[in-house]
Amino acid sequence: MTTMTEADQRGNGASPENDILVEVKNLQMYFPVTAGIIFQRAVAQIKAVDDVSFFVKKGETLGLVGESGCGKTTTGRCILQLYKPTGGQVVFDGQELTSMSTRQMRVMRRRMQVIFQDPYSSLNPRMTAGNIIGEPLIVHGLVNNKEEYRERVAELLQNVGLNPYMADRFPHEFSGGQRQRIGVARALSVDPSFIVCDEPVSALDVSIQAQIVNLLEDLQEQFDLTYLFIAHDLSVVRHISNRVAVMYLGHIVEIADRNEIYANPLHPYTRALLSAVPIPDPVIDAQRERILLSGEVPSPLNPPSGCVFHPRCPIAIDSCQQVIPELREVEPDHWAACIQSPGYGSY
Amino acid sequence: MATLLEVKDLRTHFFTFEGVVKAVDGVSYEVEEGETLGLVGESGCGKSVSALSLMRLIPDPPGKIVSGEMLFEGEDILKIDMDDMRRIRGAKMSMVFQEPMTSLNPVLTLERQLSETLQLHRGMSREEARNESVDLLARVGIPDAERRVKQYPHQFSGGMRQRVMIAMALSCNPRLIIADEPTTALDVTIQAQILELMKSLTNEFGVSLIVITHNLGVVARYADRMNIMYAGKIIERGTAREVYSNPRHPYTVGLLKSVPRLDLPRRAKLDPIEGQPPDLINLPQGCSFRDRCRWAVDKCATEEPPLMLMNEGHWSACWRSDELGPSALDFYADAEMLEGATNGGSAADSEPEEEN
Ligand SMILES: Nc1ncnc2c1ncn2[C@@H]1O[C@H](COP(=O)(O)OP(=O)(O)OP(=O)(O)O)[C@@H](O)[C@H]1O
Ligand SMILES: Nc1ncnc2c1ncn2[C@@H]1O[C@H](COP(=O)(O)OP(=O)(O)OP(=O)(O)O)[C@@H](O)[C@H]1O
Ligand code: SF4
Ligand SMILES: [Mg+2]
Ligand SMILES: [Mg+2]
Repeated sequence: MTTMTEADQRGNGASPENDILVEVKNLQMYFPVTAGIIFQRAVAQIKAVDDVSFFVKKGETLGLVGESGCGKTTTGRCILQLYKPTGGQVVFDGQELTSMSTRQMRVMRRRMQVIFQDPYSSLNPRMTAGNIIGEPLIVHGLVNNKEEYRERVAELLQNVGLNPYMADRFPHEFSGGQRQRIGVARALSVDPSFIVCDEPVSALDVSIQAQIVNLLEDLQEQFDLTYLFIAHDLSVVRHISNRVAVMYLGHIVEIADRNEIYANPLHPYTRALLSAVPIPDPVIDAQRERILLSGEVPSPLNPPSGCVFHPRCPIAIDSCQQVIPELREVEPDHWAACIQSPGYGSY
Repeated sequence: MATLLEVKDLRTHFFTFEGVVKAVDGVSYEVEEGETLGLVGESGCGKSVSALSLMRLIPDPPGKIVSGEMLFEGEDILKIDMDDMRRIRGAKMSMVFQEPMTSLNPVLTLERQLSETLQLHRGMSREEARNESVDLLARVGIPDAERRVKQYPHQFSGGMRQRVMIAMALSCNPRLIIADEPTTALDVTIQAQILELMKSLTNEFGVSLIVITHNLGVVARYADRMNIMYAGKIIERGTAREVYSNPRHPYTVGLLKSVPRLDLPRRAKLDPIEGQPPDLINLPQGCSFRDRCRWAVDKCATEEPPLMLMNEGHWSACWRSDELGPSALDFYADAEMLEGATNGGSAADSEPEEEN
């Protein structure tokens, strides 16, 4: 049992340092809440991400789940440096990003891409599919002439299962699933090594979700990609991820291997989350344990003291109101932030 | 159990510039007293339009209920005039929508909104209506109802607003509640709270409930019977237990196989339904699922399959229904689906390490 910081000193658990592509250390993102018309002054802080540490290994998919507003998107944006974190570090392929200059960052940015949730609003309606996909090629100077550009766009369309002749169509002429494929092709265009997939299938019908999930998996293998896969659907996350991190109110409460976390959830929030997912089979579902959480998710403006989960926690004890439980490796490769999880040790 | 509602051959079409959208096209079903009926299907297949048709809330133009009967407690509510319909809507049928903000009045306190309906439809005095409003909020699990009833909708979270909507839907002691994606906008743990609440309240009051959702798990957990819609038609119906264990329509099988399941060993690949749902303006001849169907034969292109009886209470609209069933649902039938099959590993419950 160690803390995350100790773990990275010895090279993050069992995996040697060079296996890790992205490492997030004590990441903190507080958004100021301002008041005043002329002189804006901060009157409070939204603690969107608070002391979050984890790593993503090369070639793996780390799933990030949690309820609305818990800080998943903010975490993803901080990694990509789309937000400047208010604290902590992001190390990408051995290089610390938060202290980089804009120019250095531009080079890094090519290697990190993002796919958004909403295939409807994330594409410019006035650009053709071909230009949406090809724009980054020009921005980053990755093609030398028109011929190369067209070829590359056609190739990208094929990579994501679309037809090259569709390059001249506009977003509204595509279905939701096809639009998401365009978003994927655009992310792929710059040949990235890391993609933050921010709820890429949440807005799609189940039958179409499976198409996109399969596509993302195929591309990962083909292009050696590493994913941070953000979602709130635990069954999709379990399918696509190698490891899963569970987030609650700005904190990571549990991280483990995908099978381990589903078979042996240690944090009471993870347990409640899992039991809330109905199984599409009435006979099996009726036999499952159900943990109904009472109350609502508190506001990140004024998070509870101690363990942020304690007001809703079915097993909370007095100490939970005072102790902020750090994420500890309570079993090999299984991290939990609950003082009551077996193996947590003294607090 | 007595039948509360009987819908016969309902057709609701939209007359647009592009052509006639046959959003609901020949739908028939019953709702029994006190039961929960699930209605599932892909986006755009006509779920909301069929619910709005029941309430006679179809925007006209461009929409029109072009034919059918809707017998509610024996009376055809398609034939009654709008004033009578409004009374039924207030007193006997109510609806809970996906986005509660759109159906709450933002400038009135909850007390005003709730007690107005109670005075209007249940003839209560102001004082009675006020007390009942507080009771209703408390019953749907809003803490401190006495104080919160004086607040405005925007002062509530999404889950709380959905509770308020349920309180409103219950306020007139309806016989039927239609919930259109009541929890889609909510978080999983809140979703579970709301659905449990609806289930226990409908049990307590003997209310019938139609739950519209695209979540197959929600139907499995809460519905007694289910209708599956595709392109404006019901293509399979039965008890939830029967349909999930013995699906007879290729679309149902496809839906069930395309979702990853927490209770089963992980599959190496998901099994999607390929292609897109058809355009409701230019529906193909024959079976509307055939372009995406792995079972399609020549007949499917020419003749439209009607709902055919499979077992007691179990219907399916597919020419090859007899050949489907539990075996079609074998999640690991395809060798590729077996995780690690290529390594010769048995995928049943142990998963081979792929990396390193
Ligand atoms: N730019 C911003 N300014 C102020 N507050 C923000 C900003 N972005 C996010 N927040 C707040 O930070 C918290 C975390 O938001 P975030 O979008 O990361 O959540 P999320 O987990 O992605 O949720 P969802 O599942 O709804 O997408 C929320 O309370 C949100 O309101
Ligand atoms: N006012 C309208 N004018 C024209 N077409 C309409 C109108 N309202 C609905 N439709 C069409 O009717 C069809 C059925 O729509 P409906 O809203 O019932 O779908 P749904 O099954 O509820 O889908 P979702 O899961 O996305 O809510 C769709 O093709 C839709 O485009
Ligand atoms: S009728 Fe034919 S096309 Fe339609 S679902 Fe059955 S087999 Fe498939
Ligand atoms: Mg988000
Ligand atoms: Mg709808």
